[in-house]
Amino acid sequence: MNPNPQVDSQGRLIHLLTTEGLSAQMIRHILDTASQFVSVNEREVKKVPLLRGKSIFNVFFENSTRTRTTFEIAAKRLSADVINLNIGASSTAKGETLLDTIWNLQAMDADMFVVRHAEAGAPHLIARHVKPGVHVVNAGDGRHAHPTQGLLDMYTIRHYKKDFTRLVVAIVGDVLHSRVARSEIHALKTLGVPEVRVIGPKTLLPVDIERLGVRVFHDLAEGLRDCDVIITLRLQNERMSGPLLPSAGEFHKAYGLTPERLARARPDAIVMHPGPLNRGVEIDSGVADGTHSVIMPQVTFGIAVRMAVMAILAGNA
Amino acid sequence: MAAPLPDPEHLLAALASRMKPSMGPETGIVGIYTGGAWVAERLHRALELKTPLGLLAVTLHRDDFGRIGLHREARRSHLPFEVEGRDIILVDDVLHTGRTLRAALNELWDFGRPRSVRVAVLADRGGRELPLCADFTGEVVAVDAGEDLVLTNEGGKLRLAAVRRPE
Repeated sequence: MNPNPQVDSQGRLIHLLTTEGLSAQMIRHILDTASQFVSVNEREVKKVPLLRGKSIFNVFFENSTRTRTTFEIAAKRLSADVINLNIGASSTAKGETLLDTIWNLQAMDADMFVVRHAEAGAPHLIARHVKPGVHVVNAGDGRHAHPTQGLLDMYTIRHYKKDFTRLVVAIVGDVLHSRVARSEIHALKTLGVPEVRVIGPKTLLPVDIERLGVRVFHDLAEGLRDCDVIITLRLQNERMSGPLLPSAGEFHKAYGLTPERLARARPDAIVMHPGPLNRGVEIDSGVADGTHSVIMPQVTFGIAVRMAVMAILAGNA
Repeated sequence: MAAPLPDPEHLLAALASRMKPSMGPETGIVGIYTGGAWVAERLHRALELKTPLGLLAVTLHRDDFGRIGLHREARRSHLPFEVEGRDIILVDDVLHTGRTLRAALNELWDFGRPRSVRVAVLADRGGRELPLCADFTGEVVAVDAGEDLVLTNEGGKLRLAAVRRPE
């Protein structure tokens, strides 16, 4: 079995499943390509013909309107035909297996699957079973990975900070359940960021997180000191009370990013968030809408990065 | 034995003098990456144009994307003037099949609808596969069918070379 199914025997990217193991050269290629698409998205005609005649299936076994929409816009701006499928509500509910669903869609001449699934590893499984020339993009699987979000965050950081090799980057909040955080950490380390910090309560940090080469902080003010980039993670509603956390209010008191706490970071620090925001929980409105926030540019760059990923994969048929 | 290839400096001077009578104060000159951009920069200077130089990246409109994918080196189109209603001169180094020009026209139209588009090339080597031609040509250059005519730029020094195409 190919240990890295996202790369072919010539080292070309054929699926995007995780940022783990992607070379720095490949990440830079994706980011450079995305910069061309940022300029496409600024024009009057926001469309290029690269994927004309291709069929892209957005197969979402787990709901996410925002992510699905960004992939849909990206595919349409590449002139692809896009089919959106909310599988949770149909096939699997009738007992069809994951691979049966994919094989059926493949028989409809799909060229690319954009897959979101609540189970980690589902996109890997699909990638191992699709025909040659069919590509799989992971749009988020369980707690495992969300590579396009990780890459768009790298694009955003590079846009504002230019050089990765002198940065202190902090990831704040619920790292334990965050596939975004994992994708970011792998990409940041590959691109040469010397210090990646994770900040959160013990209950929301994986026990062996240091293994990924990060520094762990439980005190937000201390962890934010002299940071260049702060990535605030969304606290999911179901975590806001229960065994891992007393309440949303308690979390905000200890880990909410407020203007006062942000002042501990460098004066030119940028604040990022994968969205959607819980204002007053992980982030204050004063920060989310403030001068350090690059949350809206992240969304814009996200379209371009997804266009780049799809165009690179389709060009490596 | 094949005739020696012309000196690009002479071709640039010839091209500029042919273009000069046709240039208005609002004419936009647009070079196609990579070689066309070098030629356009030189023409822009020689013709002392007021409208800033435009540059076009045509990768996203190539008709061979399905075969060769995206180039590793990504360049962005940069048109620092209003395209709508303007007279444009598209500049390339070598005119061969016409497919690059076709892609450049599509790319240009994504920015607006010019009043007119003319084409200037340093060298026309023939071999057209599309019904396109140049309005201004430095020189018609004969090259073997199995060769590419390539413009190189070494520290600002332009040079034309015939390079055997890989089998």
